[in-house]
Order: sequence, then structure tokens, then C-alpha cells
Amino acid sequence: MKIAIASGKGGTGKTTLSVNLSAYLAEKEEVVLSDLDVEEPNSGLFIKARVLHEEDKFKMVPEWKEDQCTLCGICQEVCNFHAVIQLGEMIMVFPELCHGCYACSELCPADTLPMVPKKMGMLKHLRNDKLSFIESRLDIGEEQAVPLIKQSHDYVDEHFRDDILRIYDSPPGTSCPVIEVTKDVDFVILVTEPTPFGLHDLKLAVETMKELKKAFGVVLNRHGIGNDGVLRYCEDEGIPVLAKIPNDRKIAELYSEGKLIYNEVPEVKRELDKIVAYLKTWQEGAQQ
Amino acid sequence: MKEIVIISGKGGTGKTSLTASFAYLGGPDIVVADCDVDAADMHLLMQPDFAHGEDFYSGELAKIHPDNCTQCGKCAEICRFDAISVIDGIHTVDPLSCEGCGYCARICPTDTIENVSLNVGKWYISSIKTGSVMVHARLGIGADNSGKLVAKVKNEAKRLAEETNKEYIIVDGSPGIGCPVVSSLSGAAFVVLVTEPSVSGLHDLKRVYELVKKFNLKAGCIINKSDINENVTKEIEAFLREENILHIVNLPYDEQFTTAMTNGQTIVESDTGGLKQMIIDSWNKIKQTIK
Repeated sequence: MKIAIASGKGGTGKTTLSVNLSAYLAEKEEVVLSDLDVEEPNSGLFIKARVLHEEDKFKMVPEWKEDQCTLCGICQEVCNFHAVIQLGEMIMVFPELCHGCYACSELCPADTLPMVPKKMGMLKHLRNDKLSFIESRLDIGEEQAVPLIKQSHDYVDEHFRDDILRIYDSPPGTSCPVIEVTKDVDFVILVTEPTPFGLHDLKLAVETMKELKKAFGVVLNRHGIGNDGVLRYCEDEGIPVLAKIPNDRKIAELYSEGKLIYNEVPEVKRELDKIVAYLKTWQEGAQQ
Repeated sequence: MKEIVIISGKGGTGKTSLTASFAYLGGPDIVVADCDVDAADMHLLMQPDFAHGEDFYSGELAKIHPDNCTQCGKCAEICRFDAISVIDGIHTVDPLSCEGCGYCARICPTDTIENVSLNVGKWYISSIKTGSVMVHARLGIGADNSGKLVAKVKNEAKRLAEETNKEYIIVDGSPGIGCPVVSSLSGAAFVVLVTEPSVSGLHDLKRVYELVKKFNLKAGCIINKSDINENVTKEIEAFLREENILHIVNLPYDEQFTTAMTNGQTIVESDTGGLKQMIIDSWNKIKQTIK
């Protein structure tokens, strides 16, 4: 089963839930946790594990070869992303804007824009007993998260059997990187907090999941602050609330130190059990 | 006219609550731009009237007209995004995978692929309760090009500020370090980094500051919830000294952030005690710095 942990609003507890749920489940079974918040990957701060493998990740971008160029202008014309621009007698490539579609390179009549690899980030593969952890990290200045997320998916697909549980820690929001993380998963857990911002952004995330036709449920974090707007909304919409993690300064303090919380705060373990039970029932239902 | 951009790297540090408070303190002098278009929340505190709204088109999507299609398969062959697959014998575009590069349309032998412009969201100009205006937006579900929508919101805010001789633009940015953040930083006179003393807060602050440095921008930092972990707070303070980042203030962990938001208010409207004064002092410090 593949589960994504996502949220509209940032800072609602996606990473907290991802690392605690993964570590808890890995006490009994094989789990792969993949941190796909490649712009700001944080799961690794909470996972103590041994690095098995590290690799740089590349995307393909065109590189201009001056000598053969006839300055015909086709490359500039075919690039929808303004990543290739003709300036006088020069062709300039802006790799940060390039989506790697190959149009300029393959449509160049003089073969003067070969595609070359450019580093965009790196991937680390770690392991601690039954927990495997994959972290992908975008280089600063790279603007596009999607190509790196795709390559991380490929890495996980190549290195782990299909029947091993996979948990994906998603970036916040509802735009293209979130779609890339969630589009092929079986179930999405949306983490939110009981505040007006939490509710507003949850609604956006719910619309996104409906658009993607995904099965999803909500985990309410910092339960006890704010108001009951989120719970009322979930009830009205028939959205399952899998768990309510209490608002507790102790949790915030443990989190701030980079520690797992489920062994320290019994209510958290109890709520994780509810999530596990829900997912198990859901999976049995989905298989029938 | 000076542009102040507020970002955080990590989400949930209190960025929007603080931006809204500064906007309130600035009153009519300040044009507000909510550039967190992916999860825009400022409007919940600013009572906008949505007086002017426009659709925003950016990017394209390939569309195959099945009537003229010979199912030759060239499009699927050259597509680097695996966006074209054969469903029931017909070549079909998956809109979630299509990046709108237009390559397929260019090489289609029967000219049967069209690039359609994408409506990726809507942007608004609103009068708000501070006596000023706010430019804000809503990104369509799953839409690409949030960076372009951010640029649109910022440019409109700039135009309005220039036309009405406003002193400041305040920009609420999005989390992360990717295209919307890069877009929100362009043209900033000063960047306010809002962080929290957790291992994640510090990690994300360092990454987003790397980006700020690339653009040679001056920055200051607010450490929110600073009493949650005094050791990490000290580490952050050391980082600020090392990098010559203005240390604006340490704010305590305070449920006023939530209470104010729940009442649809900024903290400076809702709080009557020390927190309000600290935010007023911070705003004055920021104004002093960019004078």
C-alpha cells in the first residue's frame, strides 16, 4: 500500500505524523518512508539510521554548441518556457526554467543543442532495521521540484517490492509538486489543525483529492486549540477523521529537539493505533 | 515605495499572522500582496471585498482532436513526461502529466494536436479593513505555474502602490524554496524570515536564507515560539550573527496567534498585552532598517 501524508497549510504536522507513523509501524513490519518535500526535507532530522547509499540527481538540459549554430531561431521559437533565448549571435540557455522536453534539442536542424545532465539535487537511502528511509533534496536555486520527485518515485519503485508499505511525506499546498506525490498513491492522509487557516487550506486539499479521485481521510493535529470548524466540516462532508492528536506543549518541545513522540506521549501512540486500524479496515474493504 | 517580503522556508511558523499584523499597523500606507497563492489565507484576516477579479491564464495543455488523429504514435514517442498514452486504441493526453511544452503539437504530422491555454486561477484586487488595498489570488486545483501567478500578484500590487503613492508593499510568501518563493523575492527591499526554534525550523531557515543570499537581499529574522526550545533559539541567534542577518525579535509561544485568527483578527487587534507591543516594536524596527 502507498500512503501520502499531505496538507494544504504548511506546518500542520505532516512530518511529525510521517516519521512517527513510519517508525511505529516499522517496529513490526517493513516500511519505506520517502520524504518528497524536496524543497525543505525534514523527516531526516527525526530518523536515526545508517546511510546505505547516496547519489546526485540530474535533469537533462540543452547546452549550446556555438560552432555549428546557424542562428535560425527555431530553438527559441519552440521553447514554451523561455528557457532558450537568442541574443544577437548567441543562444542563451536558462537551466532553471528548462522543463527538459527536448524540443529545442531534437528540432534543431544543426544538432547544436545537445542535452546534457545538470545536477538538481541529491538522494539518500538510509536504513534502520525494518525502516527504510529515502530523502530527496533539491539544490538551492532550482525552482522545479517535480522532476526530482519523479526520480525519487523511480528509485523507490526500483529498490523495494510492491507489497512493502510506502509512506510519502508530501510538500504543503495543492500545486504541481503535491499532485506528483499523490497521483499514484492508494490513500492520502490530510493533516490539519483546528483553526480558520487550517480549515480553509483543508478545503483546498479536499477539492484536490476529489479531483484526483483519491481515497482520503483527515488527521486533526493540535486538537484543543481554535474551534470546531474542521470537525463540523468533516462531519458535513462525510470525511473520516482518522485521529485527533492533542495540543500539548510537550509534543512541540520533543518535536523541536528532533525526537519521535509516540513513545513519550501515550495519547499519540493511541491515536497512531487508530490510524493503523482505519487503514487496515480500509485496505481490506478496497481489496474486496 | 519599498517592498517587504515575508517568508519562512518551513510552514506554520506564524508568517501570515505576522504579515497581517504588519499590514494592520501600516494601515493605509501599505499595499498587501498575498503571494502564498497555493494556500492563501490573508483574506481570512483582512476582510477583502473582492471588488475586482480576473481569470489568470498561464501555460498550455495539449489536446488531441480524435477525428483527424491517425494514431501514428509520434506524439507519445517524443513526450518526455509520459503524458500521452493509448486508451482503447486512442491516443489520449493525461492533463496531470502534460507540462505544456507543445513539442507534440509541433511534430504531429496531421496537425491534430492543439495547445489550449490553461486557466490556472483567479486574482483579485480588494479594499480591506486597514483602509488600503490587497492583491490576492487563488490558484486552481493542482495547477502549475504558481510562480507566474505570484509574479502577477506582485506586479499588480506594485502598480497600485506606485499609482497611489504608497510607502510600502508587504508580501506574504509561500513556504519552500521553489518557483513561487523565487518569484516572490524579486524586487524585495527587505526580507523578513519568520522561523521557530525547532530542528526543522533552523534547517529550513538555513536553506531559504541561502536563496535570499543568491539574490543579494537584506534580511531580518523573527524567532517565533522562542521559548519552546532555548537551545535551538541560541543556535538560530548564532546563525543570524554569523550571517549578519538583523535579529528583529524573539516572540514567545502564545496562543494569541490562534485566538486572533479564530476571531478573524490580526494579533495587534486582538491582543492587548506584551505580544502586541513586541509586534509594534518589530514593525518599527523593520521600517527603520529600510529607510
